[in-house]
Amino acid sequence: MAEALIQVENLYKLFGSNPKKHMSLVHEGKSKDEILAATDHTLGLKNINLSINAGEIFVIMGLSGSGKSTLIRHFNRLIDPTEGVIKVEGTDVMQLGKKELEEFRRHKMSMVFQRFGLLPHKTVLENVAYGLRIQGVAKSEALQRARQWLETVGLAGYEEQFPAQLSGGQQQRVGLARALCTDAEILLMDEAFSALDPLIRSEMQDQLVQLQEKLHKTIIFITHDLDEALRLGDRIAILKDGEVVQQGEPEEILLHPATDYVEAFVRDVNRARALTVETVMKDPAYRITADTISGALQQMKGFDRDYGYIVTDEGYQGTVKAAKLEQAYQADKDADLTDALYEQIEPVEPQAVLETVIPNTLDADYPLPVVDEQGQLAGCLTRGTLAEVLGSEHKPEAGNPKEDKDTKASA
Amino acid sequence: MAESNWLTEIPQLERSELRDIRKTLDTAYRDFSREHGEMIEAFFDPLLSFLVWFEKLLLATPWWLVIAVVAGLAYLASRSWKLSLGVVVSFFLIGYFGMWEDAMSTMSIILVCTLMAIILGVPIGILMARSDRMQTLITPVLDVMQTMPAFVYLIPVVMLLGIGKIPGVIAVIIYAIPPVIRLTNLGIRLVDKDVLEAATAYGASPMQRLLGVQLPLAMPTIMAGINQTIMMALSMVVIASMIGVAGLGQPVLKSITNQYFTLGLLNGLAIVALAIIFDRVSQAYAKRTQRHLGCADHG
Repeated sequence: MAEALIQVENLYKLFGSNPKKHMSLVHEGKSKDEILAATDHTLGLKNINLSINAGEIFVIMGLSGSGKSTLIRHFNRLIDPTEGVIKVEGTDVMQLGKKELEEFRRHKMSMVFQRFGLLPHKTVLENVAYGLRIQGVAKSEALQRARQWLETVGLAGYEEQFPAQLSGGQQQRVGLARALCTDAEILLMDEAFSALDPLIRSEMQDQLVQLQEKLHKTIIFITHDLDEALRLGDRIAILKDGEVVQQGEPEEILLHPATDYVEAFVRDVNRARALTVETVMKDPAYRITADTISGALQQMKGFDRDYGYIVTDEGYQGTVKAAKLEQAYQADKDADLTDALYEQIEPVEPQAVLETVIPNTLDADYPLPVVDEQGQLAGCLTRGTLAEVLGSEHKPEAGNPKEDKDTKASA
Repeated sequence: MAESNWLTEIPQLERSELRDIRKTLDTAYRDFSREHGEMIEAFFDPLLSFLVWFEKLLLATPWWLVIAVVAGLAYLASRSWKLSLGVVVSFFLIGYFGMWEDAMSTMSIILVCTLMAIILGVPIGILMARSDRMQTLITPVLDVMQTMPAFVYLIPVVMLLGIGKIPGVIAVIIYAIPPVIRLTNLGIRLVDKDVLEAATAYGASPMQRLLGVQLPLAMPTIMAGINQTIMMALSMVVIASMIGVAGLGQPVLKSITNQYFTLGLLNGLAIVALAIIFDRVSQAYAKRTQRHLGCADHG
């Protein structure tokens, strides 16, 4: 496996007048409250270990006071850690001198802030060009590049406005354009969308996802909103009281919360929106390979179901139901299977979000076939699965595709 | 000797002891000023020649040109023809009542003092904003400068430099500089931490942060300080006239000693007129440079 782009090792942060002196208490495993009571120092971060790969959206999520904003400020050393190592592309950020650190911030990372952090006395265009101007890029070139990015985020025409004249969502777009304008590989987003109202927020999330498809930046995204984390994150780390309680892919966190704390979070998540068909579907079964109606009926009887999926070498063809086949069989006992006998049902895509397939799943009186991009039958989605995954009495184990596989194999 | 009644009377230095202390200090300072006075005077020479040159320039220029230039500047700064008209009328009246030359002297000294106060005060204010230690060090000095009666620090200045324009300028600057220092400090400290953090995150050096973020955002507050400095300098001209500074203060001083009520009133009004003009023009200018704030009406 390739070396991670950003590596955080054993990171500790103790806030107070003399943090170094009291680190021993932290290592002894004293809790945040005990340390605060004994020394008047606040434990911000405790033994953080992360590795973030190039090109992924890594979400750090936690409630207020969990240390997430402190953590993100360690990546570009707006805050210095008390102990620990932060490596970006193999260089230890902690070893950078003053000038080197400035250069590092100018070229390697850019940042988007919760409260935008725009310069109120500069126009929107000048704000976007700010990072380039700091780098020393000539004004005309900087403004020209800024104009392009402003267009990309959909704010063409607002160049000469001042930030205060824009709405919150527009201001954050400016913040995003400013961050993208420096061409930095790593994007730090500190609760970037939290200050926006829900509609604008999801709009911005969509925009970020679209941009990411083109740009492939490494994005570290801080949020307190699990829905947002699940929607954006390739991987998620959950922070509580300065400690990472769980990190992993969204589905993993959703289906296997590591602690009660995470489970409490996960309980309120709209699973229908967070999970894709792929993560909950059952392995494909009930394939019918015969080309005649009688053959098909035979196979259907074999697996004791009144439906089946017609599959040929080219992949999935259609779904058939026993009743209809029987009728056709009565009319003509030697007939071949034809398109006319297939059910009027669209197969679902593995990447589809559950929410979008709920109506079809409920309407159909048999499991929906899941068909991948190559046209192959990838699995099936039953009403039972949906009910199980989306129901409030959901047991994490039930939706685990691996275990399902195991049980089937043994059955 | 005070041996038993210290409970009822405050312990006091002997008269002779007190006299000795005073004598020693006075002699030491007098010796110092005799020895170094000329050198220090020479140090201020460029300032003096600039002041004299500027005063002569104002006096040599035809009155209508001065009025036109001042009104023009007022218009450029404020974009308000009403203010410019006010400038024309009040300057004309000042001349009409025979106070033109004094008004020009006062204007030159005020402008020079304000300029000096800004040149010295803004950097000191920046220094104060940079470090809390500097702030705790400088604040009491400013308190002394603002509350010490002006006459008291006129004495050493006069002892050192004699009577004339330079001691006057120094006295005016000492009196008028605290607001610009204080408000520069305050303005920079009040700059939104989020904005400053953003600048830092993009790799701005301390100088880039100062010139690109802190000073521009502190500008309204700094302008308020400069405005106060101008006002205080104007109110100081009467006291400064006691040590030979020419200008509108002289006739006021004459009126006090001779009980010329009307003369005093007219010159006083002239000072007020100058003050109002300076105030309105500098405020209008400050407001116009902050046009981004004017439109901050929705969130």
